[in-house]
Amino acid sequence: MNVAVSPALVVDDVSKRFRIPGERVHTLKERAMHPLRQIPYRELVAVDGVSFEVAAGEFFAVVGRNGSGKSTLLKCLAGIYAVDSGRMYVNGRVSTFIELGVGFNMELPARENVIINAAMLGLPPRESRRRLDRVIEFAELEEFVDLRLKNYSSGMLVRLAFAVMIQVDADVLLIDEVLAVGDASFQQKCFDEFARLRREGRTVILVTHDMGAVERFCDRALLLERGRPEMIGDTHEVALRYLDLSFAREQGAQEPEAAEAARSGDGRGEILEAWFEDADGRRAAALPGGERCSFALRTRFREDVEDPILGFTLQNAEEQTVLSASTVTLNPRLGTFRAGEEVTVRIAFDNVFRPDRYYATPAIAQAGTGLAWLDRRERFAEVVVTGTSRTEAIIDLPYDVALERSGVETPRSEVAG
Amino acid sequence: MSATEATPARAPGRPIRGPSAVGGDWRRLLQLTRLLAVTDFRLRFFGSVLGYLWQVMHPLLLFGVLYLVFTEVVRLGSDVKFYGVALLAGIVLFVFLSEATSQSVQSLVEREPIVRKIQFPRFAVPLSVVVTALFRLGPNLLVVIVFLLAAGGRIRLSWLELPVLIALLMILAVGLASLLSALFVHFRDVKPIWDVVLQVLFYASPIFYPITLITNDTLREVLMMNPFAAILQQFRHAVIDPSHPSAYEAIGSNALILVPLGLTALLAVGGFRYFDRKAPRVAEEL
Repeated sequence: MNVAVSPALVVDDVSKRFRIPGERVHTLKERAMHPLRQIPYRELVAVDGVSFEVAAGEFFAVVGRNGSGKSTLLKCLAGIYAVDSGRMYVNGRVSTFIELGVGFNMELPARENVIINAAMLGLPPRESRRRLDRVIEFAELEEFVDLRLKNYSSGMLVRLAFAVMIQVDADVLLIDEVLAVGDASFQQKCFDEFARLRREGRTVILVTHDMGAVERFCDRALLLERGRPEMIGDTHEVALRYLDLSFAREQGAQEPEAAEAARSGDGRGEILEAWFEDADGRRAAALPGGERCSFALRTRFREDVEDPILGFTLQNAEEQTVLSASTVTLNPRLGTFRAGEEVTVRIAFDNVFRPDRYYATPAIAQAGTGLAWLDRRERFAEVVVTGTSRTEAIIDLPYDVALERSGVETPRSEVAG
Repeated sequence: MSATEATPARAPGRPIRGPSAVGGDWRRLLQLTRLLAVTDFRLRFFGSVLGYLWQVMHPLLLFGVLYLVFTEVVRLGSDVKFYGVALLAGIVLFVFLSEATSQSVQSLVEREPIVRKIQFPRFAVPLSVVVTALFRLGPNLLVVIVFLLAAGGRIRLSWLELPVLIALLMILAVGLASLLSALFVHFRDVKPIWDVVLQVLFYASPIFYPITLITNDTLREVLMMNPFAAILQQFRHAVIDPSHPSAYEAIGSNALILVPLGLTALLAVGGFRYFDRKAPRVAEEL
């Protein structure tokens, strides 16, 4: 096999349309009674002119919002759907895992199911019989090989299905959200196995929503939006773009009247714009947890103002204030600002907040009183903090743990935060 | 960064084609067909102790009832040699055709999980249903032979026709199975319609009455145009006793014998071609 030179997978301008009938004719009788009637249908373009190439040994992610066509694309690659236009080429044997354990029959013992499943995934039946032992060993189910699947626990089923999938030994693996099942340790095991497959020069194409997994494990990613390729390349950039897309729509839906109602101030100053920026200074609708980020505020003064304070408070979805920051700490006396002057403030902070949606309320106030608003716009900007942290705390402060044990008779552990 | 990349001019690998009936790979088709058929058979008949016994008993019970009614009550077969065996043969062959076709109707829809999630030659689905029915036909035919020998029949050279006749019956069943399974994807009333057709076929075929009983020549010709009737009649002639008229004789010893043969070929080719045309889109239309 010529893995080093030729790409594992080439997709060239592939499109896939679905015909969605306006009304479905379900019976032969209706069809026979109205043989010439045209059934109205509308066309849904699920995949629209997608091209990309995946190198052998690459771990490639296809991401996108719900209904963006990523699963359809995978089914086209797998040969389950016929494409309407475009070409696709593959080098090596392909195996598809749209679902773990496709074709498992609960009435049959594990032994038979492994053979059937492996054969379905493309192994010749003789070869699947030969690999049975390895599959069972990998799944750690030696004692249960003759047990019917209906007596298996769901964890055992997942283990068995995954073991078959790994042992099928395809050169190109097409995987759709398979990792969504199972607990965290199982997912880790999956990714460990994928890493091993990749070291062996196999190629993995993964369809997923899990941006954390994409960034941690994948080499490159393709972002689909309404069936069109939105972006292809570096996983981090694709992940950011994906999160932007996911939350942009909701942000735009904010009602302007409500925003106006939550505005207060004497109007000597005006908040024009507020947004969040990621570590690289780009505007972002979503910020990865644990990284440096900043809140930016663009304002204009309508009259001459002396010593204003510009700042914001950040609230989480439960309306708890998690951050309150302003220019006071920089200098309580900023000096005089002329009418018409525009000022942009950036407040940088470590994103220690737990994954959630956050709302920023920016404000301009007059020094001294602190409550004399020039302009204050409640919940004017919002941001989503992403990450894999599962903390119950409001903030997710980084911490160190040290463990010291002493004494032999009474082993006791002490944790110092 | 561009969302599209340059595509090479030469074919950079094996082209991925969409799903199809055969997929250009007959070996994989046959392997999967066998696998599906064996699994289905095991599931259905080895699930319970009586499972396998019942599958032999089913045609025998039907035979018992019909035999009693038509020999003791109606006195149909008194002038026919080996009437009982001929009746049993008719039932066994009809049960095969009936099972192979009626269970294939829903086969694609029932196998939806694999059809929508794995690429494999779609033709394996209806084909495996026919093969499962064939697994049942084997032991049933053995019972027919045992009955025949017990009733005084002899092993004859014309038994060599048996594989040909079974092959013809199977071709007929495969054609119907592919047609029906593909039709059912769009038209859900195919099932009740087909059940009625099978009922009609049972009475329109010389299963419990000897074809010689039909004295109206035209009616007999029409009845014998039915491919199943022709195969059954020839089976009786070749396997049970030469006193049963052959299909050719029963239709009136003329060129009309080409009609059941042609119908078989038409159903087989037409059924397969319809299935082949529908196969690429089955996954999205289920």
